[in-house]
Amino acid sequence: MDSSLFTQISVLSRRSVVRTLRQPAMVIPSLIFPMMLLAVNAGGLTSATELPGFPADTYLDFAFAFPLMQSAMFGATLAGSEFARDIENGFLNRLALTPMSPAALLAGLLSGVIALALIQAAVFLTVGLVIGVDIKSGFLGVPVLVALSVLTSLGFGCLGTILALRTGSGEAVQSFFPLFFVGIFFSSISLPRELLGGGWFEAVATVNPVSYLVEGMRSLVITGWDAQALALGFGFAVALFAAGLFGASISMRTRMERT
Amino acid sequence: MKALFSVTFAVAGRQLRRFFGNITFLAPAAFPVFFFAAFAGGLSRVGDVPGFEFAAGYTAFQFVWALLQAVAMGGAFTGFAIAGDFESGFARRFLIAAPNRGGIILGYVFASLVRTTFTGSLVFIVAIIAGMEILGSGVDLFGLVGLALVVNVAATLFGCGVAMLLRTQQAGPLIQTPIFMLLFLAPVYVPLELLEGWLEMVASLNPLTAIITTGRSFIAGDPTGVPTAFLTAFSLVAVFLIWAYLGLRSAERSG
Repeated sequence: MDSSLFTQISVLSRRSVVRTLRQPAMVIPSLIFPMMLLAVNAGGLTSATELPGFPADTYLDFAFAFPLMQSAMFGATLAGSEFARDIENGFLNRLALTPMSPAALLAGLLSGVIALALIQAAVFLTVGLVIGVDIKSGFLGVPVLVALSVLTSLGFGCLGTILALRTGSGEAVQSFFPLFFVGIFFSSISLPRELLGGGWFEAVATVNPVSYLVEGMRSLVITGWDAQALALGFGFAVALFAAGLFGASISMRTRMERT
Repeated sequence: MKALFSVTFAVAGRQLRRFFGNITFLAPAAFPVFFFAAFAGGLSRVGDVPGFEFAAGYTAFQFVWALLQAVAMGGAFTGFAIAGDFESGFARRFLIAAPNRGGIILGYVFASLVRTTFTGSLVFIVAIIAGMEILGSGVDLFGLVGLALVVNVAATLFGCGVAMLLRTQQAGPLIQTPIFMLLFLAPVYVPLELLEGWLEMVASLNPLTAIITTGRSFIAGDPTGVPTAFLTAFSLVAVFLIWAYLGLRSAERSG
């Protein structure tokens, strides 16, 4: 990587990370809401562990992937809204007049997503361990769980970036938030796929990539080292990230031509 | 009285024209349908948990929660609209023009009731398509609808009070979050008896628990706790009516 590109990436990354951290209104809800929903689900669905074939000892362990997935969704909204703001307030137009590389802009933007994902993962893991989540994969499973969580956040972050580049409106990006929510809830997030009853919901959850991301994260908590679940989880996360990055690059080129 | 009703119908008519005149009105309606599909579909096996006894099945069990969510959030969305009217300056002009300002609150409540009838019906149609079993009689269903409408009035008055007190759309989370929390801190997935720990304690104190439990008993054809549920719902209306009037007075004082 030439030094000019490196400088551009580091400057834009710093801007993105600082801007994220300077917005408690953005960071705090992304930490509180997933934990609150985890608490409500873990309390409300405790009896689900009595279903024959339920794979975990406690619903808290089973549901621990939920905040990590939800935080990825927040990453998408954060990246999209921040970038849309740059488009709306003319920052992108001004950048376009400089010799800045679009790749540096994208990398810088995604640094903010990584920063938020790392903070979220650290907080969720700390709170989770304090309230009694038992991570079966042990100490070594923690960095793997964080890596999968960050990779997933990056994938969703790219989707948010595409939306921002296509629409150029923060409001439009925010309005897609429920769609990401649908993606999470229509997966195996609440019950394992084998216990979804075999109907339309199981079919939807089976074709929904979010199920495999969730199952990859969950396997580290409730099973230990499940090679298949991890391969599928990382496979889908890498595929989502690669597809998102490709889509974002195309959208960026189109937007820069228009600017 | 005539002045009260003329203001009521003017406010309600304008609200309803705005609501049904824009395709985005479907967005708030989509949320309860989405939650209903996600919970009734994805958690159907929870109905097989030992001790879970609900004659009408898990789809009907979740329908009542989704219906109450639809009507309560309908009230919250009316609150957003009121805040929007204050931001645009329309509400201030209305305050000056209205011969009876109580009619403004009543108008918003009336519009919210019509709006919620639409969203509630949508959830009901989806539930029927999903194969929901209704064991209750027509009278029981009438009771369920009545309970839902009272909850809508209470939620609308709450949203109205917050919106008139703060007069900015930034009040949105303050309207939505408490309603959302009350809904989720009730027995959403399983009956109260199957909840454990802190959630059981919180759900026991949550006024919505009595309403949801009775709503579910209506659809199962075995009404229980009806007086308590209606008393709770009407108490919420009484409290939030005072709250809405305080909001109105605050808006009047602010000029």
